[in-house]
Amino acid sequence: MTNEELTVTSKKESFIGNVQSHISALQSESKIHADALKALENLDFPTTRVEDWKYTRTARIANEQWHVANNNATLDITPYLIPNLDATVLVFVNGFYNEALSSKTEEGIVMNLNQASNQSFEYKHIFTALNVAYSTAAINLRLGKNVVAEKPIHFLHIITEEKTLAQASIFIHAEKSSSLQLVESFVSTVEGRAFSNRLLNIHVEENAHIHLDKIQLEGDNQFLLNDDNIHIEANGNFTINTLTIDGGWVRNGLNIIVDGENVEANLNGFYMPRGKQHVDNHTLVDHRKAHSNSNELYKGILNDQGTGVFNGKVYVQVDAQKTNAFQSNANVLLSNDAQMNTKPELEIYADDVKCSHGTTTGQMDDTALFYLKTRGIGDTNARKLLAAAFINDVVNKVKHEAIHQYVVNELVKRELLFV
Amino acid sequence: MLSIKNLHARVEEKEILKGLSLEVKPGEVHAIMGPNGSGKSTLASVLAGREDFEVTEGSVTFNGNDLLEMAAEERAREGVFLAFQYPVEIPGVSNMNFLKAAIGEIRKHKGLDPLAAKDFLQLVKEKSKLVELDGQLTNRSVNEGFSGGEKKRNEIFQMAMLEPTLCILDETDSGLDIDALRIVSNGVNALRSPERSFVVITHYQRLLDHIVPDFVHVLYKGRIVKSGTKELALELEERGYDWIKEEVESV
Repeated sequence: MTNEELTVTSKKESFIGNVQSHISALQSESKIHADALKALENLDFPTTRVEDWKYTRTARIANEQWHVANNNATLDITPYLIPNLDATVLVFVNGFYNEALSSKTEEGIVMNLNQASNQSFEYKHIFTALNVAYSTAAINLRLGKNVVAEKPIHFLHIITEEKTLAQASIFIHAEKSSSLQLVESFVSTVEGRAFSNRLLNIHVEENAHIHLDKIQLEGDNQFLLNDDNIHIEANGNFTINTLTIDGGWVRNGLNIIVDGENVEANLNGFYMPRGKQHVDNHTLVDHRKAHSNSNELYKGILNDQGTGVFNGKVYVQVDAQKTNAFQSNANVLLSNDAQMNTKPELEIYADDVKCSHGTTTGQMDDTALFYLKTRGIGDTNARKLLAAAFINDVVNKVKHEAIHQYVVNELVKRELLFV
Repeated sequence: MLSIKNLHARVEEKEILKGLSLEVKPGEVHAIMGPNGSGKSTLASVLAGREDFEVTEGSVTFNGNDLLEMAAEERAREGVFLAFQYPVEIPGVSNMNFLKAAIGEIRKHKGLDPLAAKDFLQLVKEKSKLVELDGQLTNRSVNEGFSGGEKKRNEIFQMAMLEPTLCILDETDSGLDIDALRIVSNGVNALRSPERSFVVITHYQRLLDHIVPDFVHVLYKGRIVKSGTKELALELEERGYDWIKEEVESV
């Protein structure tokens, strides 16, 4: 064993030791928990030698002495609600589900707290295993057959204390022909370090429709990891918009299994790292059955010393004939120090498919900039107008009016958009 | 209003303007004609503040201020407007947001309050009629998917909205059919006033039948080599530029 391996191992052990002293593992008798603990034994914090983590460092997470914060029931959540959105709000404070601050789910949607999911996990990296083994809260939602939810469900994650380790997990099962709008937002009331390691599993049954708008708004010193796993059956329709407006270190892992015919999966996102922010999107669309479509559009605007990673995998398995899979990643660099690492990966084993992918990384169009200036618009506002134009098609994927407006407002508030 | 003295400008290592002088007084319309490559569009770009061009000698003052010291946006706020030869398409930026932003900054510069939404829309309605631009186009992204004629009409529409005092039209007539030329010219003529001056850069005399200039200048090899009245344009149409070139070369 080399010295380096020794250090890493001890790092993991001390990390887990620290976590154990704070979080009593949930569902300690369950198989899922036993599996997670077992997986933890074999997994370690990834180094940049691991391909999937080549540009995203985890050392600052591994080295921190995290603790578990209070589930603060007196918190005023009004500033973090989405204006004009009549939603069922489910609130997680420092990773704990807070019933007092949450609303009741409507009829047809059954919620269970801290109940082991019967869904199986693939432990791609240590963070999923950590989440399951030492979960701060796990909620299960089951949307009944033919239930068309009247209200959107808003998962609101709030960090209120420094050094918090928040490990919420959300399991959603949408039964046949059900329909639900989801929105998920991540905010923090403090500026200090925190690590949110959030797991989401959604099972979309036959002909069910799920639309998820994910809005990431954490601070410069915070770490946010999302592990999203989506399983879609025949005629199912799933859309996710991953909108990274703010956050020091963000890693979004999105895995979509298209496991039926005539499925439509849409995955879109934008990210705007600036200062020293780092945003990483790893997506996988696994087409296993024929006649399905996936559309992927990610856009990034990188400023200052901001860095971005996009890795988009598309698998078209041998049985997935007549698949249409489209992927696009476009980036604009606003400074010489900004950096974007983008890598599309297509693996196609079927012979009758339509697939395309494209990535571009460029600078802001000088001709357009000059044109705007000749009309009296100053440099800063001209750049904002063009930035808004660049990500406009992704912003417009947010269909719900109140949520769309909220996204626009959060961008404007940070002076990222000019309206 | 505009005073250009001995202007020399180059792009990269190539000198294009070589001692150009021009005086424009309030309310005057000056046409600038000349063969291809004489420096017409360079003059427009230098006046509008495009940074690719380097002024190596001479001066340009606008209402007594040094125009060359100002950034493109400051020039626009002071009242300089360039109607582009090739208007730029900006997908995703709506014409309305764009104009709102422009008017907002210009009014702020002049110390005026922001225009109320109602007044802005009224202005759009009024000015778009000038160039027969329908509501559909004003709501679309800037110039995106516009035909050549629509783009040029949109330039004049913007000019009408921003109410500049010095309007530079860079080959606004090129590529226009006779109907579009009439619409664009009517729009320009409607904006003529004793306070507003025009520098009309064109290749063809045809435009000057519609926008009648007070003065016509011939630009050749980066300098104004001949000036006259509108009759000079007719003569150029008749005889071409060769006689001018010969005159210049023989001196």
